[in-house]
Amino acid sequence: MCGIAALQLRNPSLHPRMGSLLSSMLCQIVDRGPDSAGLAVYNTPGLVSPGTSTLSLVGKDQGITTADITSGVAALLPSDAQAAAQVVGDTTLVSAAVGTDLLVKAVSETLPGSTIIGRGEHVAVMKSVGHPMEIAAGHGLEAMAGSQGLSHTRMATESAVTAGGSHPFSVADDLCLVHNGSFSNHATVRRNLKREGVVFDSENDTEVGARYVASRLQLGDTLEEALVNLGKVLDGFYTLVVTTADSMAVVRDPIACKPAIIAETDDYVAMASEYRALAALPGIDNARIFEPEPGKVYTWSL
Amino acid sequence: MVTLTAPEATARALDGPTVVDLAGAPVRDLNQALHQAADGQSWTITNPGGKHSLAVGINSDVSVTIEGHAGYYAAGMHQKGTVKITGNAGVGLAENIMSGTVHVEGDASQSAAATGHGGLVVIDGNAGARCGISMKGVDIVVGGNIGHMSAFMAQAGRLVVCGDAGDALGDSIYEARIYVKGSVASLGADCIEKPLKAEHLAELADLLAAAGRTDNPADFKRYGSARNLYHFHVDNSTAY
Repeated sequence: MCGIAALQLRNPSLHPRMGSLLSSMLCQIVDRGPDSAGLAVYNTPGLVSPGTSTLSLVGKDQGITTADITSGVAALLPSDAQAAAQVVGDTTLVSAAVGTDLLVKAVSETLPGSTIIGRGEHVAVMKSVGHPMEIAAGHGLEAMAGSQGLSHTRMATESAVTAGGSHPFSVADDLCLVHNGSFSNHATVRRNLKREGVVFDSENDTEVGARYVASRLQLGDTLEEALVNLGKVLDGFYTLVVTTADSMAVVRDPIACKPAIIAETDDYVAMASEYRALAALPGIDNARIFEPEPGKVYTWSL
Repeated sequence: MVTLTAPEATARALDGPTVVDLAGAPVRDLNQALHQAADGQSWTITNPGGKHSLAVGINSDVSVTIEGHAGYYAAGMHQKGTVKITGNAGVGLAENIMSGTVHVEGDASQSAAATGHGGLVVIDGNAGARCGISMKGVDIVVGGNIGHMSAFMAQAGRLVVCGDAGDALGDSIYEARIYVKGSVASLGADCIEKPLKAEHLAELADLLAAAGRTDNPADFKRYGSARNLYHFHVDNSTAY
Protein backbone atom coordinates (compact mmCIF):
# COMPACT_ATOMS: atom_id res chain seq x y z
CA MET A 1 0.00 0.00 0.00
CA CYS A 2 1.88 3.07 1.32
CA GLY A 3 0.28 6.32 2.39
CA ILE A 4 0.90 9.87 1.29
CA ALA A 5 -0.07 13.17 2.87
CA ALA A 6 1.13 16.48 1.44
CA LEU A 7 0.28 20.06 2.21
CA GLN A 8 1.09 23.33 0.47
CA LEU A 9 0.11 26.39 2.48
CA ARG A 10 -0.97 29.34 0.36
CA ASN A 11 -1.93 31.50 3.31
CA PRO A 12 1.20 32.52 5.26
CA SER A 13 -0.86 32.87 8.43
CA LEU A 14 -1.13 29.06 8.40
CA HIS A 15 2.66 28.57 8.24
CA PRO A 16 3.03 28.27 12.03
CA ARG A 17 0.53 25.37 11.93
CA MET A 18 2.20 23.43 9.10
CA GLY A 19 3.62 20.73 11.37
CA SER A 20 0.48 20.18 13.41
CA LEU A 21 -1.69 20.01 10.27
CA LEU A 22 0.68 17.59 8.56
CA SER A 23 0.86 15.52 11.72
CA SER A 24 -2.94 15.22 11.84
CA MET A 25 -2.92 14.08 8.20
CA LEU A 26 -0.08 11.60 8.75
CA CYS A 27 -1.96 10.05 11.67
CA GLN A 28 -4.71 8.88 9.28
CA ILE A 29 -2.41 7.17 6.77
CA VAL A 30 -0.39 5.12 9.26
CA ASP A 31 -2.48 2.01 8.49
CA ARG A 32 -1.32 2.19 4.88
CA GLY A 33 2.35 1.85 5.71
CA PRO A 34 3.37 1.17 9.28
CA ASP A 35 6.95 -0.05 8.72
CA SER A 36 8.81 3.21 8.14
CA ALA A 37 8.11 6.81 7.27
CA GLY A 38 9.60 10.02 6.05
CA LEU A 39 8.92 13.74 6.17
CA ALA A 40 10.00 16.70 4.10
CA VAL A 41 9.35 20.19 5.44
CA TYR A 42 9.99 23.42 3.60
CA ASN A 43 11.15 26.75 5.03
CA THR A 44 10.98 25.52 8.60
CA PRO A 45 12.71 27.99 10.94
CA GLY A 46 15.39 26.29 13.01
CA LEU A 47 15.98 23.60 10.37
CA VAL A 48 16.82 25.65 7.29
CA SER A 49 17.54 29.32 6.69
CA PRO A 50 17.68 31.51 3.58
CA GLY A 51 21.08 31.88 1.94
CA THR A 52 22.27 28.67 3.56
CA SER A 53 22.45 25.14 2.18
CA THR A 54 21.25 22.35 4.42
CA LEU A 55 21.95 18.64 4.06
CA SER A 56 19.83 16.03 5.81
CA LEU A 57 21.63 12.83 6.84
CA VAL A 58 20.09 9.53 7.91
CA GLY A 59 20.59 8.80 11.60
CA LYS A 60 21.29 10.84 14.71
CA ASP A 61 24.59 9.09 15.38
CA GLN A 62 27.19 9.81 12.73
CA GLY A 63 30.04 8.35 14.81
CA ILE A 64 31.37 11.78 15.89
CA THR A 65 29.81 14.64 17.84
CA THR A 66 27.97 17.46 16.12
CA ALA A 67 30.76 19.79 17.27
CA ASP A 68 33.28 17.58 15.48
CA ILE A 69 31.05 17.47 12.38
CA THR A 70 30.85 21.28 12.44
CA SER A 71 34.60 21.76 12.80
CA GLY A 72 35.38 19.02 10.27
CA VAL A 73 33.08 20.56 7.67
CA ALA A 74 34.16 24.13 8.48
CA ALA A 75 37.80 23.21 7.90
CA LEU A 76 36.93 22.20 4.33
CA LEU A 77 34.89 25.31 3.52
CA PRO A 78 35.70 29.04 3.16
CA SER A 79 36.17 30.77 6.50
CA ASP A 80 32.89 32.71 6.26
CA ALA A 81 30.76 29.63 5.53
CA GLN A 82 29.28 29.46 9.06
CA ALA A 83 29.04 25.66 9.12
CA ALA A 84 26.68 24.17 11.67
CA ALA A 85 25.41 20.71 12.57
CA GLN A 86 22.47 19.63 14.69
CA VAL A 87 20.54 16.48 15.47
CA VAL A 88 16.76 16.52 15.00
CA GLY A 89 15.08 13.28 16.02
CA ASP A 90 16.80 10.52 14.08
CA THR A 91 18.25 12.94 11.51
CA THR A 92 21.45 14.96 11.39
CA LEU A 93 21.28 18.34 9.65
CA VAL A 94 24.44 20.03 8.41
CA SER A 95 24.29 23.55 7.01
CA ALA A 96 26.63 26.19 5.67
CA ALA A 97 26.46 29.36 3.59
CA VAL A 98 27.87 27.68 0.49
CA GLY A 99 26.39 25.92 -2.54
CA THR A 100 25.00 22.44 -1.92
CA ASP A 101 27.62 20.76 -4.12
CA LEU A 102 30.44 22.17 -2.01
CA LEU A 103 28.67 21.21 1.20
CA VAL A 104 28.02 17.66 -0.08
CA LYS A 105 31.75 17.33 -0.79
CA ALA A 106 32.72 18.58 2.65
CA VAL A 107 30.18 16.35 4.43
CA SER A 108 31.18 13.29 2.39
CA GLU A 109 34.83 13.83 3.37
CA THR A 110 34.02 14.47 7.03
CA LEU A 111 31.47 11.64 7.29
CA PRO A 112 32.40 9.10 4.60
CA GLY A 113 29.77 6.55 5.73
CA SER A 114 26.86 8.98 5.85
CA THR A 115 23.76 8.87 3.64
CA ILE A 116 22.46 12.23 2.44
CA ILE A 117 18.65 12.12 2.18
CA GLY A 118 17.90 15.78 1.60
CA ARG A 119 19.61 18.84 0.23
CA GLY A 120 18.82 22.41 -0.61
CA GLU A 121 18.20 25.87 0.75
CA HIS A 122 14.56 25.29 1.73
CA VAL A 123 13.98 21.64 2.59
CA ALA A 124 14.78 19.38 5.50
CA VAL A 125 14.15 15.65 5.06
CA MET A 126 13.71 13.24 7.94
CA LYS A 127 13.13 9.52 7.72
CA SER A 128 13.41 6.48 9.86
CA VAL A 129 12.18 2.95 10.49
CA GLY A 130 9.30 2.31 12.89
CA HIS A 131 5.83 3.61 13.63
CA PRO A 132 5.23 6.77 11.59
CA MET A 133 3.71 8.74 14.47
CA GLU A 134 6.69 7.90 16.69
CA ILE A 135 9.02 9.04 13.93
CA ALA A 136 7.04 12.28 13.53
CA ALA A 137 6.98 12.86 17.29
CA GLY A 138 10.69 12.06 17.60
CA HIS A 139 11.46 14.76 15.05
CA GLY A 140 9.06 17.25 16.67
CA LEU A 141 6.87 17.62 13.59
CA GLU A 142 3.92 18.94 15.59
CA ALA A 143 5.74 22.17 16.47
CA MET A 144 7.30 22.82 13.06
CA ALA A 145 6.32 25.84 10.99
CA GLY A 146 6.78 25.91 7.24
CA SER A 147 5.37 26.60 3.79
CA GLN A 148 5.03 23.01 2.55
CA GLY A 149 5.15 19.56 4.04
CA LEU A 150 5.26 16.07 2.58
CA SER A 151 4.91 12.81 4.44
CA HIS A 152 4.95 9.16 3.50
CA THR A 153 4.22 5.94 5.33
CA ARG A 154 5.77 2.93 3.72
CA MET A 155 4.66 -0.64 3.22
CA ALA A 156 7.82 -1.93 1.58
CA THR A 157 7.53 -4.09 -1.52
CA GLU A 158 10.47 -3.42 -3.83
CA SER A 159 13.38 -3.07 -1.40
CA ALA A 160 14.28 -3.55 2.26
CA VAL A 161 12.70 -1.73 5.21
CA THR A 162 15.48 0.75 5.94
CA ALA A 163 15.59 4.47 6.60
CA GLY A 164 17.38 4.89 3.27
CA GLY A 165 14.60 3.02 1.48
CA SER A 166 11.86 5.19 3.00
CA HIS A 167 10.41 8.11 1.15
CA PRO A 168 10.71 11.00 0.33
CA PHE A 169 13.59 10.69 -2.08
CA SER A 170 15.35 14.00 -2.34
CA VAL A 171 18.08 13.81 -4.96
CA ALA A 172 18.39 17.39 -6.19
CA ASP A 173 18.19 20.76 -4.47
CA ASP A 174 14.82 21.19 -2.73
CA LEU A 175 13.29 18.37 -4.82
CA CYS A 176 11.38 15.61 -3.05
CA LEU A 177 9.37 12.71 -4.41
CA VAL A 178 7.10 10.20 -2.69
CA HIS A 179 5.44 7.21 -4.27
CA ASN A 180 2.53 4.89 -3.60
CA GLY A 181 2.87 1.91 -5.88
CA SER A 182 5.74 0.16 -7.60
CA PHE A 183 7.75 0.69 -10.77
CA SER A 184 8.15 -2.55 -12.71
CA ASN A 185 10.99 -1.50 -15.02
CA HIS A 186 13.11 0.36 -12.49
CA ALA A 187 16.15 -1.84 -13.04
CA THR A 188 16.24 -0.97 -16.75
CA VAL A 189 15.76 2.74 -16.13
CA ARG A 190 18.39 2.65 -13.36
CA ARG A 191 20.92 1.04 -15.73
CA ASN A 192 20.23 3.72 -18.34
CA LEU A 193 20.62 6.53 -15.83
CA LYS A 194 23.83 4.98 -14.45
CA ARG A 195 25.19 4.94 -17.96
CA GLU A 196 24.54 8.68 -18.07
CA GLY A 197 26.55 9.10 -14.89
CA VAL A 198 23.77 9.25 -12.32
CA VAL A 199 24.80 7.81 -8.95
CA PHE A 200 22.28 5.87 -6.81
CA ASP A 201 22.08 5.48 -3.03
CA SER A 202 19.74 2.48 -2.81
CA GLU A 203 18.13 -0.41 -4.68
CA ASN A 204 14.74 1.25 -4.24
CA ASP A 205 12.43 1.63 -7.24
CA THR A 206 11.21 5.06 -6.15
CA GLU A 207 14.74 6.43 -6.06
CA VAL A 208 14.85 5.67 -9.80
CA GLY A 209 11.75 7.80 -10.28
CA ALA A 210 13.28 10.63 -8.25
CA ARG A 211 16.61 10.44 -10.12
CA TYR A 212 14.74 10.38 -13.42
CA VAL A 213 12.74 13.51 -12.53
CA ALA A 214 15.93 15.23 -11.35
CA SER A 215 17.70 14.35 -14.58
CA ARG A 216 14.81 15.71 -16.66
CA LEU A 217 14.71 18.94 -14.65
CA GLN A 218 18.44 19.30 -15.20
CA LEU A 219 17.83 18.94 -18.94
CA GLY A 220 15.45 21.89 -18.78
CA ASP A 221 12.04 20.23 -18.33
CA THR A 222 9.47 22.00 -16.21
CA LEU A 223 8.15 19.92 -13.33
CA GLU A 224 5.05 19.13 -15.37
CA GLU A 225 7.09 18.08 -18.42
CA ALA A 226 9.37 15.93 -16.27
CA LEU A 227 6.37 14.03 -14.91
CA VAL A 228 4.83 13.60 -18.35
CA ASN A 229 8.16 12.15 -19.49
CA LEU A 230 8.27 9.91 -16.43
CA GLY A 231 4.95 8.44 -17.56
CA LYS A 232 6.51 7.53 -20.90
CA VAL A 233 9.64 5.90 -19.45
CA LEU A 234 8.65 4.31 -16.15
CA ASP A 235 6.13 1.48 -16.13
CA GLY A 236 4.11 0.41 -13.13
CA PHE A 237 1.58 1.60 -10.61
CA TYR A 238 2.03 4.97 -9.07
CA THR A 239 0.57 7.92 -7.36
CA LEU A 240 3.43 10.40 -7.02
CA VAL A 241 3.75 13.67 -5.18
CA VAL A 242 6.73 15.83 -6.08
CA THR A 243 7.66 19.02 -4.25
CA THR A 244 10.17 21.73 -5.07
CA ALA A 245 11.11 24.92 -3.21
CA ASP A 246 7.87 26.58 -4.25
CA SER A 247 5.67 24.03 -6.00
CA MET A 248 3.89 20.74 -5.60
CA ALA A 249 2.81 18.22 -8.26
CA VAL A 250 0.58 15.15 -8.20
CA VAL A 251 0.33 12.48 -10.89
CA ARG A 252 -1.30 9.04 -11.07
CA ASP A 253 -0.50 6.38 -13.63
CA PRO A 254 -3.05 5.97 -16.44
CA ILE A 255 -4.65 2.90 -14.84
CA ALA A 256 -4.99 4.76 -11.53
CA CYS A 257 -5.21 1.84 -9.14
CA LYS A 258 -3.43 3.81 -6.43
CA PRO A 259 -5.65 6.29 -4.66
CA ALA A 260 -5.30 10.04 -4.37
CA ILE A 261 -7.61 12.78 -3.24
CA ILE A 262 -7.03 16.51 -3.28
CA ALA A 263 -8.61 19.33 -1.29
CA GLU A 264 -8.07 22.86 -2.45
CA THR A 265 -9.03 26.10 -0.70
CA ASP A 266 -7.75 29.68 -0.91
CA ASP A 267 -5.55 28.81 2.07
CA TYR A 268 -3.97 25.51 1.01
CA VAL A 269 -3.70 22.57 -1.35
CA ALA A 270 -3.70 19.23 0.42
CA MET A 271 -3.24 15.80 -1.10
CA ALA A 272 -3.63 12.47 0.62
CA SER A 273 -4.12 8.79 -0.16
CA GLU A 274 -7.50 8.87 1.53
CA TYR A 275 -10.05 11.50 2.46
CA ARG A 276 -9.83 10.71 6.17
CA ALA A 277 -6.38 12.32 6.19
CA LEU A 278 -7.97 15.56 4.98
CA ALA A 279 -11.00 15.46 7.27
CA ALA A 280 -9.43 17.51 10.08
CA LEU A 281 -8.04 20.33 7.93
CA PRO A 282 -9.44 23.83 8.55
CA GLY A 283 -12.26 24.81 6.21
CA ILE A 284 -12.45 21.32 4.70
CA ASP A 285 -16.24 21.53 4.47
CA ASN A 286 -15.92 24.31 1.90
CA ALA A 287 -12.87 22.90 0.07
CA ARG A 288 -12.97 21.77 -3.54
CA ILE A 289 -12.43 18.04 -3.17
CA PHE A 290 -11.59 15.85 -6.14
CA GLU A 291 -9.65 12.80 -7.20
CA PRO A 292 -6.90 13.52 -9.73
CA GLU A 293 -7.64 12.14 -13.19
CA PRO A 294 -5.56 9.18 -14.38
CA GLY A 295 -2.37 10.14 -16.20
CA LYS A 296 -2.86 13.88 -15.70
CA VAL A 297 -0.17 16.02 -14.07
CA TYR A 298 -1.41 18.57 -11.54
CA THR A 299 0.90 21.34 -10.31
CA TRP A 300 0.47 24.17 -7.84
CA SER A 301 2.97 26.93 -7.17
CA LEU A 302 3.34 29.23 -4.19
CA MET B 1 -24.83 -15.60 23.38
CA VAL B 2 -23.71 -12.07 24.08
CA THR B 3 -26.32 -9.33 23.99
CA LEU B 4 -24.93 -6.28 22.26
CA THR B 5 -26.41 -2.86 22.65
CA ALA B 6 -26.20 0.34 20.67
CA PRO B 7 -23.03 2.37 21.18
CA GLU B 8 -22.78 4.70 24.16
CA ALA B 9 -22.57 7.73 21.94
CA THR B 10 -25.99 6.88 20.59
CA ALA B 11 -28.84 9.23 21.36
CA ARG B 12 -32.40 8.44 20.40
CA ALA B 13 -34.56 11.46 19.83
CA LEU B 14 -38.24 11.04 20.56
CA ASP B 15 -39.72 9.42 17.45
CA GLY B 16 -36.74 10.77 15.51
CA PRO B 17 -33.73 8.99 14.08
CA THR B 18 -31.08 7.35 16.21
CA VAL B 19 -28.01 9.58 16.00
CA VAL B 20 -24.52 8.07 16.10
CA ASP B 21 -21.66 10.54 16.35
CA LEU B 22 -18.55 8.87 14.95
CA ALA B 23 -16.37 11.53 16.54
CA GLY B 24 -16.78 9.34 19.61
CA ALA B 25 -18.34 6.01 18.69
CA PRO B 26 -16.27 3.26 17.05
CA VAL B 27 -17.33 2.13 13.55
CA ARG B 28 -17.49 -1.47 14.75
CA ASP B 29 -20.11 -0.55 17.35
CA LEU B 30 -22.10 1.37 14.75
CA ASN B 31 -22.16 -1.56 12.36
CA GLN B 32 -23.05 -3.98 15.14
CA ALA B 33 -25.97 -1.76 16.16
CA LEU B 34 -27.14 -1.45 12.56
CA HIS B 35 -27.07 -5.24 12.17
CA GLN B 36 -29.43 -5.48 15.14
CA ALA B 37 -31.72 -2.67 14.04
CA ALA B 38 -35.43 -3.38 13.52
CA ASP B 39 -37.28 -2.72 10.29
CA GLY B 40 -38.54 0.84 9.94
CA GLN B 41 -35.87 2.50 12.08
CA SER B 42 -34.06 5.64 11.01
CA TRP B 43 -30.40 6.27 11.77
CA THR B 44 -28.28 9.37 11.30
CA ILE B 45 -24.50 9.13 11.39
CA THR B 46 -22.58 12.34 12.05
CA ASN B 47 -18.87 13.13 11.74
CA PRO B 48 -18.06 10.18 9.47
CA GLY B 49 -14.68 11.80 8.70
CA GLY B 50 -13.98 9.51 5.75
CA LYS B 51 -13.87 6.42 7.97
CA HIS B 52 -13.91 3.05 6.22
CA SER B 53 -16.61 0.35 6.14
CA LEU B 54 -19.48 2.52 7.36
CA ALA B 55 -22.95 0.93 7.39
CA VAL B 56 -21.83 -2.34 5.83
CA GLY B 57 -23.94 -5.49 5.70
CA ILE B 58 -27.26 -3.90 6.63
CA ASN B 59 -29.89 -6.64 6.65
CA SER B 60 -33.06 -4.91 7.82
CA ASP B 61 -35.33 -2.33 6.27
CA VAL B 62 -33.77 0.72 7.90
CA SER B 63 -33.06 4.22 6.63
CA VAL B 64 -29.49 5.39 7.30
CA THR B 65 -28.17 8.86 6.55
CA ILE B 66 -24.42 9.48 6.71
CA GLU B 67 -23.91 13.23 7.07
CA GLY B 68 -20.57 13.92 5.40
CA HIS B 69 -17.90 11.98 3.52
CA ALA B 70 -17.51 8.21 3.83
CA GLY B 71 -14.29 6.26 3.29
CA TYR B 72 -13.71 2.91 1.61
CA TYR B 73 -16.40 0.22 1.22
CA ALA B 74 -19.32 2.28 2.53
CA ALA B 75 -22.61 0.36 2.52
CA GLY B 76 -20.85 -2.75 1.25
CA MET B 77 -22.83 -5.99 0.99
CA HIS B 78 -26.00 -3.95 1.39
CA GLN B 79 -29.05 -6.20 1.72
CA LYS B 80 -32.05 -4.10 2.72
CA GLY B 81 -33.15 -0.55 3.43
CA THR B 82 -31.61 2.71 2.30
CA VAL B 83 -28.23 4.29 2.93
CA LYS B 84 -27.79 7.94 1.96
CA ILE B 85 -24.39 9.65 2.06
CA THR B 86 -24.62 13.43 1.88
CA GLY B 87 -20.95 13.84 0.91
CA ASN B 88 -18.52 11.76 -1.16
CA ALA B 89 -17.81 8.05 -0.91
CA GLY B 90 -14.42 6.36 -1.18
CA VAL B 91 -13.27 3.24 -3.01
CA GLY B 92 -15.72 0.33 -3.30
CA LEU B 93 -19.02 2.05 -2.50
CA ALA B 94 -21.84 -0.52 -2.10
CA GLU B 95 -19.51 -3.30 -3.13
CA ASN B 96 -21.47 -6.51 -3.71
CA ILE B 97 -24.82 -4.85 -2.95
CA MET B 98 -27.61 -7.46 -3.05
CA SER B 99 -30.74 -5.31 -2.85
CA GLY B 100 -31.99 -2.07 -1.28
CA THR B 101 -30.80 1.41 -2.17
CA VAL B 102 -27.55 3.33 -1.68
CA HIS B 103 -27.53 7.02 -2.59
CA VAL B 104 -24.45 9.27 -2.65
CA GLU B 105 -25.10 12.98 -3.08
CA GLY B 106 -21.46 13.76 -3.89
CA ASP B 107 -18.87 11.81 -5.88
CA ALA B 108 -17.87 8.17 -5.55
CA SER B 109 -14.32 6.88 -5.97
CA GLN B 110 -13.32 3.87 -8.04
CA SER B 111 -15.09 0.48 -8.14
CA ALA B 112 -18.51 1.80 -7.09
CA ALA B 113 -21.11 -0.98 -6.90
CA ALA B 114 -18.50 -3.53 -7.96
CA THR B 115 -19.94 -7.06 -8.32
CA GLY B 116 -23.37 -5.81 -7.20
CA HIS B 117 -26.06 -8.46 -7.52
CA GLY B 118 -29.15 -6.28 -7.16
CA GLY B 119 -30.61 -3.12 -5.67
CA LEU B 120 -30.05 0.45 -6.78
CA VAL B 121 -26.96 2.63 -6.39
CA VAL B 122 -27.45 6.33 -7.15
CA ILE B 123 -24.47 8.68 -7.37
CA ASP B 124 -25.50 12.29 -7.94
CA GLY B 125 -21.94 13.43 -8.73
CA ASN B 126 -19.19 11.64 -10.64
CA ALA B 127 -17.94 8.10 -10.21
CA GLY B 128 -14.28 7.13 -10.66
CA ALA B 129 -12.73 4.30 -12.64
CA ARG B 130 -14.19 0.80 -12.75
CA CYS B 131 -17.73 1.83 -11.82
CA GLY B 132 -19.93 -1.27 -11.94
CA ILE B 133 -17.02 -3.61 -12.60
CA SER B 134 -18.32 -7.18 -12.78
CA MET B 135 -21.86 -6.02 -11.93
CA LYS B 136 -24.21 -8.98 -11.67
CA GLY B 137 -27.66 -7.42 -11.52
CA VAL B 138 -27.36 -4.10 -9.70
CA ASP B 139 -28.81 -0.93 -11.21
CA ILE B 140 -26.48 2.10 -11.11
CA VAL B 141 -27.47 5.68 -11.95
CA VAL B 142 -24.66 8.25 -12.07
CA GLY B 143 -25.59 11.92 -12.40
CA GLY B 144 -22.16 12.98 -13.62
CA ASN B 145 -19.29 11.22 -15.39
CA ILE B 146 -17.74 7.80 -14.87
CA GLY B 147 -14.07 6.84 -15.17
CA HIS B 148 -12.27 4.34 -17.35
CA MET B 149 -12.90 0.58 -17.43
CA SER B 150 -16.42 0.97 -16.09
CA ALA B 151 -18.78 -2.00 -16.44
CA PHE B 152 -15.80 -4.25 -17.15
CA MET B 153 -17.13 -7.82 -17.52
CA ALA B 154 -20.56 -6.56 -16.50
CA GLN B 155 -22.87 -9.56 -16.43
CA ALA B 156 -26.34 -8.22 -15.61
CA GLY B 157 -28.08 -5.07 -14.44
CA ARG B 158 -28.24 -1.56 -15.84
CA LEU B 159 -25.69 1.28 -15.70
CA VAL B 160 -27.07 4.75 -16.46
CA VAL B 161 -24.63 7.64 -16.93
CA CYS B 162 -26.03 11.16 -17.30
CA GLY B 163 -22.59 12.63 -18.06
CA ASP B 164 -19.66 11.19 -20.00
CA ALA B 165 -17.97 7.78 -19.81
CA GLY B 166 -14.19 7.23 -19.76
CA ASP B 167 -12.09 4.85 -21.83
CA ALA B 168 -12.86 1.17 -22.43
CA LEU B 169 -16.50 1.29 -21.36
CA GLY B 170 -18.05 -2.16 -21.05
CA ASP B 171 -14.93 -4.14 -21.91
CA SER B 172 -15.79 -7.86 -22.21
CA ILE B 173 -19.37 -7.12 -21.23
CA TYR B 174 -21.96 -9.88 -20.94
CA GLU B 175 -25.65 -9.01 -20.67
CA ALA B 176 -25.65 -5.79 -18.64
CA ARG B 177 -27.18 -2.77 -20.41
CA ILE B 178 -25.44 0.60 -20.39
CA TYR B 179 -27.10 3.96 -21.09
CA VAL B 180 -24.91 7.05 -21.56
CA LYS B 181 -26.23 10.56 -22.18
CA GLY B 182 -22.89 12.23 -22.88
CA SER B 183 -19.81 11.11 -24.76
CA VAL B 184 -17.97 7.81 -24.47
CA ALA B 185 -14.17 8.17 -24.63
CA SER B 186 -13.89 4.66 -26.09
CA LEU B 187 -15.70 1.35 -25.96
CA GLY B 188 -13.99 -1.75 -24.61
CA ALA B 189 -13.63 -5.07 -26.40
CA ASP B 190 -16.95 -6.52 -27.58
CA CYS B 191 -18.99 -3.51 -26.40
CA ILE B 192 -21.05 -1.77 -29.10
CA GLU B 193 -23.75 0.85 -29.42
CA LYS B 194 -27.19 -0.71 -29.78
CA PRO B 195 -30.58 0.66 -30.84
CA LEU B 196 -32.64 2.41 -28.20
CA LYS B 197 -36.04 0.74 -28.56
CA ALA B 198 -39.30 1.47 -26.77
CA GLU B 199 -38.62 -1.16 -24.11
CA HIS B 200 -35.26 0.49 -23.37
CA LEU B 201 -36.77 3.96 -23.20
CA ALA B 202 -39.30 2.59 -20.74
CA GLU B 203 -36.76 0.93 -18.44
CA LEU B 204 -34.48 3.98 -18.64
CA ALA B 205 -37.38 6.26 -17.67
CA ASP B 206 -38.05 4.01 -14.67
CA LEU B 207 -34.40 4.04 -13.61
CA LEU B 208 -34.11 7.81 -13.93
CA ALA B 209 -37.32 8.28 -11.96
CA ALA B 210 -36.10 5.89 -9.27
CA ALA B 211 -32.94 8.01 -9.00
CA GLY B 212 -35.00 11.19 -8.75
CA ARG B 213 -33.72 12.54 -12.05
CA THR B 214 -35.48 14.50 -14.78
CA ASP B 215 -33.21 13.66 -17.74
CA ASN B 216 -34.98 12.79 -20.98
CA PRO B 217 -34.47 9.08 -21.82
CA ALA B 218 -34.44 9.91 -25.54
CA ASP B 219 -31.16 11.81 -25.05
CA PHE B 220 -29.29 8.63 -24.14
CA LYS B 221 -27.51 6.03 -26.22
CA ARG B 222 -27.52 2.36 -25.35
CA TYR B 223 -24.44 0.14 -25.27
CA GLY B 224 -24.16 -3.59 -24.77
CA SER B 225 -22.42 -6.77 -25.79
CA ALA B 226 -21.73 -7.65 -29.42
CA ARG B 227 -21.63 -11.24 -28.10
CA ASN B 228 -18.56 -12.02 -30.19
CA LEU B 229 -16.51 -13.13 -27.17
CA TYR B 230 -19.16 -15.63 -26.07
CA HIS B 231 -18.20 -18.50 -28.30
CA PHE B 232 -14.99 -20.09 -29.31
CA HIS B 233 -13.98 -19.23 -32.87
CA VAL B 234 -12.38 -22.05 -34.75
CA ASP B 235 -10.12 -19.46 -36.40
CA ASN B 236 -8.45 -19.09 -33.01
CA SER B 237 -7.71 -22.77 -32.57
CA THR B 238 -4.03 -22.28 -33.35
CA ALA B 239 -3.72 -19.45 -30.88
CA TYR B 240 -3.35 -21.79 -27.90
